[in-house]
Amino acid sequence: MVRRLIPIILGLALLGIVTGIAAVMIVFLGQDWGDALFWIFAATMIGSGLLVVTMRDIIRCGLAMIVCFGALAGIYVILGAPLIAAAQVIVYIGAISVLILFAIMLTQTKDAPSRLVFQTQAVPAAIASVVIAVVIALSIAATDWNEAAERVRVATEAMSQLLFEQFVLPFEIVSVLLLAAVIGGVFLAKREPGGPS
Amino acid sequence: MSDSLDAYLVLAGILFAIGSFGFLARRNAISMLMSIELMLNGVNLSIVAFGAFIPDLGAQGSVIALMVMAVAAAEATVGLAIVIAIYRNKRTPLVDEYDAMKQ
Repeated sequence: MVRRLIPIILGLALLGIVTGIAAVMIVFLGQDWGDALFWIFAATMIGSGLLVVTMRDIIRCGLAMIVCFGALAGIYVILGAPLIAAAQVIVYIGAISVLILFAIMLTQTKDAPSRLVFQTQAVPAAIASVVIAVVIALSIAATDWNEAAERVRVATEAMSQLLFEQFVLPFEIVSVLLLAAVIGGVFLAKREPGGPS
Repeated sequence: MSDSLDAYLVLAGILFAIGSFGFLARRNAISMLMSIELMLNGVNLSIVAFGAFIPDLGAQGSVIALMVMAVAAAEATVGLAIVIAIYRNKRTPLVDEYDAMKQ
Protein backbone atom coordinates (compact mmCIF):
# COMPACT_ATOMS: atom_id res chain seq x y z
CA MET A 1 0.00 0.00 0.00
CA VAL A 2 2.80 2.39 0.92
CA ARG A 3 4.68 1.48 -2.25
CA ARG A 4 1.69 2.43 -4.35
CA LEU A 5 1.61 5.87 -2.79
CA ILE A 6 5.26 6.58 -3.58
CA PRO A 7 4.73 8.06 -7.08
CA ILE A 8 1.90 10.27 -5.82
CA ILE A 9 3.99 11.49 -2.90
CA LEU A 10 6.93 12.13 -5.21
CA GLY A 11 4.74 14.09 -7.62
CA LEU A 12 3.23 16.20 -4.85
CA ALA A 13 6.69 16.80 -3.39
CA LEU A 14 7.98 17.94 -6.79
CA LEU A 15 4.99 20.25 -7.20
CA GLY A 16 5.49 21.68 -3.72
CA ILE A 17 9.20 22.23 -4.25
CA VAL A 18 8.68 24.05 -7.54
CA THR A 19 5.82 26.13 -6.16
CA GLY A 20 8.09 27.09 -3.27
CA ILE A 21 10.86 28.03 -5.69
CA ALA A 22 8.40 30.16 -7.67
CA ALA A 23 7.22 31.90 -4.49
CA VAL A 24 10.83 32.59 -3.53
CA MET A 25 11.45 33.93 -7.04
CA ILE A 26 8.57 36.37 -6.74
CA VAL A 27 9.14 37.49 -3.17
CA PHE A 28 12.92 37.63 -2.93
CA LEU A 29 14.31 37.82 -6.46
CA GLY A 30 11.71 40.20 -7.84
CA GLN A 31 10.60 38.11 -10.79
CA ASP A 32 7.23 38.83 -12.29
CA TRP A 33 4.08 36.75 -12.13
CA GLY A 34 4.38 35.47 -15.68
CA ASP A 35 7.61 33.65 -14.92
CA ALA A 36 6.28 32.19 -11.69
CA LEU A 37 3.11 30.96 -13.38
CA PHE A 38 5.20 29.52 -16.20
CA TRP A 39 7.30 27.56 -13.72
CA ILE A 40 4.28 26.31 -11.79
CA PHE A 41 2.44 25.20 -14.92
CA ALA A 42 5.58 23.64 -16.42
CA ALA A 43 6.32 21.68 -13.25
CA THR A 44 2.71 20.54 -12.97
CA MET A 45 2.70 19.46 -16.60
CA ILE A 46 5.94 17.51 -16.46
CA GLY A 47 5.20 16.00 -13.05
CA SER A 48 1.77 14.78 -14.03
CA GLY A 49 3.11 13.64 -17.40
CA LEU A 50 5.64 11.48 -15.59
CA LEU A 51 2.84 10.14 -13.40
CA VAL A 52 0.86 9.26 -16.56
CA VAL A 53 3.62 7.02 -17.85
CA THR A 54 4.77 5.52 -14.54
CA MET A 55 1.72 4.93 -12.37
CA ARG A 56 0.40 1.46 -11.80
CA ASP A 57 -3.31 2.08 -11.71
CA ILE A 58 -4.45 3.06 -15.18
CA ILE A 59 -7.47 5.04 -13.97
CA ARG A 60 -5.10 7.25 -12.01
CA CYS A 61 -2.99 7.57 -15.17
CA GLY A 62 -6.05 8.94 -16.95
CA LEU A 63 -6.75 11.42 -14.16
CA ALA A 64 -3.11 12.57 -14.16
CA MET A 65 -3.43 13.05 -17.92
CA ILE A 66 -6.32 15.48 -17.28
CA VAL A 67 -4.08 17.44 -14.89
CA CYS A 68 -1.33 17.49 -17.52
CA PHE A 69 -3.69 18.84 -20.20
CA GLY A 70 -5.03 21.49 -17.81
CA ALA A 71 -1.52 22.73 -17.03
CA LEU A 72 -0.82 22.85 -20.75
CA ALA A 73 -3.93 25.00 -21.24
CA GLY A 74 -2.48 27.38 -18.65
CA ILE A 75 0.76 27.53 -20.62
CA TYR A 76 -1.22 28.39 -23.76
CA VAL A 77 -2.79 31.29 -21.86
CA ILE A 78 0.67 32.53 -20.84
CA LEU A 79 1.74 32.25 -24.47
CA GLY A 80 -1.06 34.62 -25.45
CA ALA A 81 -3.28 32.15 -27.32
CA PRO A 82 -6.50 32.07 -25.28
CA LEU A 83 -8.59 30.46 -28.02
CA ILE A 84 -6.16 27.54 -28.20
CA ALA A 85 -6.38 27.23 -24.42
CA ALA A 86 -10.18 27.11 -24.61
CA ALA A 87 -10.01 24.51 -27.37
CA GLN A 88 -7.52 22.52 -25.27
CA VAL A 89 -9.93 22.48 -22.33
CA ILE A 90 -12.92 21.57 -24.48
CA VAL A 91 -11.31 19.01 -26.78
CA TYR A 92 -8.72 17.36 -24.56
CA ILE A 93 -10.08 17.68 -21.03
CA GLY A 94 -13.71 17.52 -22.09
CA ALA A 95 -13.78 15.02 -24.91
CA ILE A 96 -10.63 12.93 -25.29
CA SER A 97 -10.08 12.35 -21.56
CA VAL A 98 -13.66 11.19 -21.10
CA LEU A 99 -13.30 8.91 -24.14
CA ILE A 100 -10.10 7.41 -22.73
CA LEU A 101 -11.61 6.97 -19.26
CA PHE A 102 -14.60 5.17 -20.81
CA ALA A 103 -12.26 2.90 -22.77
CA ILE A 104 -10.26 2.17 -19.59
CA MET A 105 -13.42 1.19 -17.73
CA LEU A 106 -14.55 -1.00 -20.63
CA THR A 107 -11.27 -2.91 -20.85
CA GLN A 108 -10.28 -3.33 -17.21
CA THR A 109 -10.12 -6.87 -15.95
CA LYS A 110 -9.72 -7.83 -12.34
CA ASP A 111 -7.45 -10.79 -13.06
CA ALA A 112 -5.04 -8.88 -15.27
CA PRO A 113 -1.55 -9.01 -13.82
CA SER A 114 -1.37 -5.56 -12.30
CA ARG A 115 2.23 -5.75 -11.14
CA LEU A 116 3.71 -5.89 -14.64
CA VAL A 117 3.10 -2.39 -15.89
CA PHE A 118 6.12 -2.12 -18.14
CA GLN A 119 7.44 -4.21 -20.99
CA THR A 120 10.83 -5.86 -20.68
CA GLN A 121 12.25 -3.08 -22.83
CA ALA A 122 11.44 -0.37 -20.28
CA VAL A 123 15.05 0.45 -19.39
CA PRO A 124 16.22 0.89 -23.01
CA ALA A 125 13.06 2.92 -23.65
CA ALA A 126 13.88 5.20 -20.71
CA ILE A 127 17.44 5.66 -21.98
CA ALA A 128 16.16 6.37 -25.50
CA SER A 129 13.66 8.97 -24.35
CA VAL A 130 16.25 10.72 -22.17
CA VAL A 131 18.51 10.81 -25.23
CA ILE A 132 15.64 12.27 -27.29
CA ALA A 133 15.02 14.99 -24.69
CA VAL A 134 18.72 15.88 -24.48
CA VAL A 135 19.15 15.97 -28.26
CA ILE A 136 16.06 18.18 -28.67
CA ALA A 137 17.24 20.54 -25.93
CA LEU A 138 20.75 20.77 -27.39
CA SER A 139 19.51 21.45 -30.90
CA ILE A 140 17.09 24.09 -29.61
CA ALA A 141 19.90 25.79 -27.72
CA ALA A 142 22.19 25.65 -30.76
CA THR A 143 19.69 27.12 -33.22
CA ASP A 144 19.01 30.79 -33.77
CA TRP A 145 15.27 31.02 -34.34
CA ASN A 146 15.28 34.65 -35.40
CA GLU A 147 12.58 35.24 -32.84
CA ALA A 148 10.98 38.40 -31.61
CA ALA A 149 12.04 39.58 -28.18
CA GLU A 150 8.46 39.84 -27.01
CA ARG A 151 5.53 37.51 -27.37
CA VAL A 152 3.08 38.44 -30.07
CA ARG A 153 -0.44 38.14 -28.78
CA VAL A 154 -2.57 36.25 -31.29
CA ALA A 155 -5.75 38.22 -31.88
CA THR A 156 -8.75 35.91 -32.08
CA GLU A 157 -10.26 38.00 -34.84
CA ALA A 158 -7.18 37.75 -37.07
CA MET A 159 -7.04 34.04 -36.36
CA SER A 160 -10.64 33.45 -37.36
CA GLN A 161 -10.15 35.53 -40.52
CA LEU A 162 -7.22 33.32 -41.41
CA LEU A 163 -9.08 30.13 -40.53
CA PHE A 164 -12.11 30.89 -42.67
CA GLU A 165 -10.35 32.52 -45.61
CA GLN A 166 -6.91 31.09 -46.27
CA PHE A 167 -7.37 27.81 -44.42
CA VAL A 168 -10.95 27.10 -45.38
CA LEU A 169 -10.10 24.05 -47.47
CA PRO A 170 -8.13 22.30 -44.67
CA PHE A 171 -10.97 23.25 -42.32
CA GLU A 172 -13.52 21.46 -44.48
CA ILE A 173 -11.22 18.48 -44.98
CA VAL A 174 -10.83 18.20 -41.20
CA SER A 175 -14.60 18.18 -40.80
CA VAL A 176 -14.88 15.33 -43.32
CA LEU A 177 -12.06 13.53 -41.49
CA LEU A 178 -13.91 13.85 -38.18
CA LEU A 179 -17.07 12.47 -39.77
CA ALA A 180 -15.10 9.54 -41.17
CA ALA A 181 -13.52 8.93 -37.76
CA VAL A 182 -16.92 8.91 -36.05
CA ILE A 183 -18.34 6.43 -38.56
CA GLY A 184 -15.21 4.30 -38.41
CA GLY A 185 -15.23 4.29 -34.62
CA VAL A 186 -18.84 3.18 -34.47
CA PHE A 187 -18.20 0.50 -37.09
CA LEU A 188 -15.07 -0.86 -35.39
CA ALA A 189 -16.48 -0.95 -31.87
CA LYS A 190 -19.85 -2.32 -32.95
CA ARG A 191 -20.80 -5.71 -31.58
CA GLU A 192 -21.12 -8.21 -34.37
CA PRO A 193 -24.30 -10.34 -34.31
CA GLY A 194 -23.31 -13.85 -33.37
CA GLY A 195 -19.76 -12.82 -32.53
CA PRO A 196 -18.07 -13.53 -29.19
CA SER A 197 -20.16 -11.97 -26.40
CA MET B 1 11.96 32.81 -18.59
CA SER B 2 8.41 32.98 -19.89
CA ASP B 3 9.58 35.45 -22.54
CA SER B 4 12.00 33.16 -24.36
CA LEU B 5 11.06 30.76 -27.12
CA ASP B 6 13.70 28.26 -26.01
CA ALA B 7 11.98 27.60 -22.67
CA TYR B 8 8.73 26.63 -24.36
CA LEU B 9 10.49 24.50 -26.95
CA VAL B 10 12.48 22.62 -24.30
CA LEU B 11 9.24 22.07 -22.37
CA ALA B 12 7.61 20.69 -25.50
CA GLY B 13 10.62 18.44 -26.10
CA ILE B 14 10.45 17.08 -22.56
CA LEU B 15 6.73 16.36 -22.93
CA PHE B 16 7.41 14.60 -26.23
CA ALA B 17 10.17 12.49 -24.63
CA ILE B 18 7.88 11.51 -21.74
CA GLY B 19 5.25 10.44 -24.24
CA SER B 20 7.73 8.43 -26.27
CA PHE B 21 8.91 6.65 -23.11
CA GLY B 22 5.34 5.74 -22.23
CA PHE B 23 4.64 4.53 -25.74
CA LEU B 24 7.70 2.30 -25.79
CA ALA B 25 7.51 0.99 -22.24
CA ARG B 26 3.89 0.49 -21.22
CA ARG B 27 2.13 -2.82 -21.70
CA ASN B 28 -1.43 -1.57 -21.71
CA ALA B 29 -2.75 -0.49 -25.11
CA ILE B 30 -4.74 2.39 -23.62
CA SER B 31 -1.65 3.63 -21.80
CA MET B 32 0.11 3.67 -25.14
CA LEU B 33 -2.71 5.76 -26.62
CA MET B 34 -2.46 8.18 -23.70
CA SER B 35 1.27 8.48 -24.36
CA ILE B 36 0.53 9.31 -27.99
CA GLU B 37 -1.77 12.08 -26.77
CA LEU B 38 1.08 13.43 -24.63
CA MET B 39 3.40 13.46 -27.64
CA LEU B 40 0.81 15.26 -29.77
CA ASN B 41 0.38 17.84 -27.03
CA GLY B 42 4.11 18.43 -26.96
CA VAL B 43 4.16 19.05 -30.70
CA ASN B 44 1.14 21.34 -30.40
CA LEU B 45 2.89 23.36 -27.69
CA SER B 46 5.89 23.86 -29.95
CA ILE B 47 3.64 25.00 -32.83
CA VAL B 48 1.81 27.53 -30.66
CA ALA B 49 5.13 28.76 -29.24
CA PHE B 50 6.51 29.35 -32.73
CA GLY B 51 3.33 31.19 -33.67
CA ALA B 52 3.60 33.39 -30.59
CA PHE B 53 7.25 34.32 -30.97
CA ILE B 54 7.90 34.57 -34.71
CA PRO B 55 6.08 37.61 -36.11
CA ASP B 56 6.05 36.38 -39.71
CA LEU B 57 3.86 33.44 -38.76
CA GLY B 58 1.15 35.64 -37.31
CA ALA B 59 -1.96 33.66 -36.43
CA GLN B 60 -1.01 30.67 -38.59
CA GLY B 61 0.50 28.80 -35.65
CA SER B 62 -2.79 28.85 -33.77
CA VAL B 63 -4.74 27.71 -36.83
CA ILE B 64 -2.38 24.78 -37.39
CA ALA B 65 -2.62 23.88 -33.70
CA LEU B 66 -6.43 23.75 -33.99
CA MET B 67 -6.08 21.41 -36.99
CA VAL B 68 -3.72 19.17 -35.01
CA MET B 69 -6.25 19.00 -32.18
CA ALA B 70 -9.01 17.90 -34.56
CA VAL B 71 -6.81 15.22 -36.10
CA ALA B 72 -5.77 14.05 -32.61
CA ALA B 73 -9.43 13.69 -31.66
CA ALA B 74 -10.05 11.58 -34.78
CA GLU B 75 -7.00 9.45 -33.99
CA ALA B 76 -8.13 8.86 -30.41
CA THR B 77 -11.60 7.82 -31.55
CA VAL B 78 -10.39 5.27 -34.08
CA GLY B 79 -7.56 4.01 -31.85
CA LEU B 80 -9.81 3.38 -28.87
CA ALA B 81 -12.40 1.70 -31.09
CA ILE B 82 -9.68 -0.65 -32.38
CA VAL B 83 -8.52 -1.41 -28.82
CA ILE B 84 -12.10 -2.18 -27.74
CA ALA B 85 -12.63 -4.40 -30.80
CA ILE B 86 -9.45 -6.35 -30.03
CA TYR B 87 -10.40 -6.57 -26.36
CA ARG B 88 -13.69 -8.14 -27.30
CA ASN B 89 -11.85 -11.01 -29.00
CA LYS B 90 -8.73 -11.43 -26.86
CA ARG B 91 -10.09 -10.42 -23.42
CA THR B 92 -6.93 -8.52 -22.50
CA PRO B 93 -5.74 -4.94 -22.96
CA LEU B 94 -2.05 -5.92 -22.79
CA VAL B 95 -0.27 -5.50 -26.11
CA ASP B 96 2.31 -8.25 -25.59
CA GLU B 97 -0.50 -10.81 -25.61
CA TYR B 98 -1.68 -9.70 -29.04
CA ASP B 99 0.43 -12.29 -30.83
CA ALA B 100 -2.03 -13.77 -33.32
CA MET B 101 0.13 -12.80 -36.29
CA LYS B 102 3.26 -14.37 -34.79
CA GLN B 103 1.88 -17.87 -34.41
